[in-house]
Amino acid sequence: MTELAITVNGEPRRITGPATVADLLRKLQLDPRTVVVELNRQIIRRAVLGETKLGDGDAVELVHFVGGG
Amino acid sequence: MTTIPVETFTDTPLSIGGRQFRSRLMVGTGKYRDNAVMARALEASGADIVTVAVRRVDLDRTREEGILYHLRPEDYFLLANTAGCYTAEEAIRYARLAREAGFNEFIKLEVIGDRDTLLPDTEGLLTAARQLTKEGFVVLAYTNDDLVTALRLEQAGCAAVMPLASPIGSGLGLLNPYSIRTIKSRLSVPVIVDAGVGTASDACLTMEQGVDGILMNTALAEASDPVAMATAMRLAVDAGRLAFLAGRMPRREIAVPSSPVRGMLG
Repeated sequence: MTELAITVNGEPRRITGPATVADLLRKLQLDPRTVVVELNRQIIRRAVLGETKLGDGDAVELVHFVGGG
Repeated sequence: MTTIPVETFTDTPLSIGGRQFRSRLMVGTGKYRDNAVMARALEASGADIVTVAVRRVDLDRTREEGILYHLRPEDYFLLANTAGCYTAEEAIRYARLAREAGFNEFIKLEVIGDRDTLLPDTEGLLTAARQLTKEGFVVLAYTNDDLVTALRLEQAGCAAVMPLASPIGSGLGLLNPYSIRTIKSRLSVPVIVDAGVGTASDACLTMEQGVDGILMNTALAEASDPVAMATAMRLAVDAGRLAFLAGRMPRREIAVPSSPVRGMLG
């Protein structure tokens, strides 16, 4: 067990490794169907969230649709 | 309320990027005081297309949840925007994220060039438009009321060009009907006027220029009664469209009597 220091939406976070992006979403209580994930500027498709491993220093962006014009 | 028998007139449906839409009024989902009012206003507007923005999920849940908690995505065609982007690279990044949400490949492309006026950066806009059309996006480009830029956006493969009536959120109405008419007369792709419409007469006047539709947000969201204003806008867009199709009388600098001049008492 290692602790990974990552950045999620610009904020530093720690997550117990090894962990995948799907694990992170679960920890944040986010439904993968309602968010789009970018890992180090690369979009991670929903189908591969469970097999995409997080590494120390990774930057994750989690976005969704909000009201806009 | 009076029902206008719009269905007695024939109009071709609005077609953008191979999809057909019933309503020529598109509405935004930003800035509403509360989401229940927004949902009712969207319904009253009769819009098929509603715009949404791409933003970070609030991990502290201190603000409202995503927009899809407040409107049924199956009831509307979701048009994601790249609002808030100041470079082509940034807009392309947002567009790719929006597409990954999995609804459609349409993007309302905005590349803003000035923080005070939110006027577009036309150079960045063209760069982003060329790249995104290459990647298979259906690009609807928010632009200023400049004919040459509009022509270049069409040439870049945009599915629709969206010139402004006046700056975003200004409510100043249609500042340059001539430019809008000129753009409409020269483009083959749909011309949707986006931004600046403040009230129903602005919407009507805009549609009377012959454009294919209008997109508005603040005019509804900031009205004292957004649901009533949405209804007014729906009627105004229909009225302006019908007036355009009907063909207005010529403007004359002299009076012409409407009653016979013959038969007056001697």
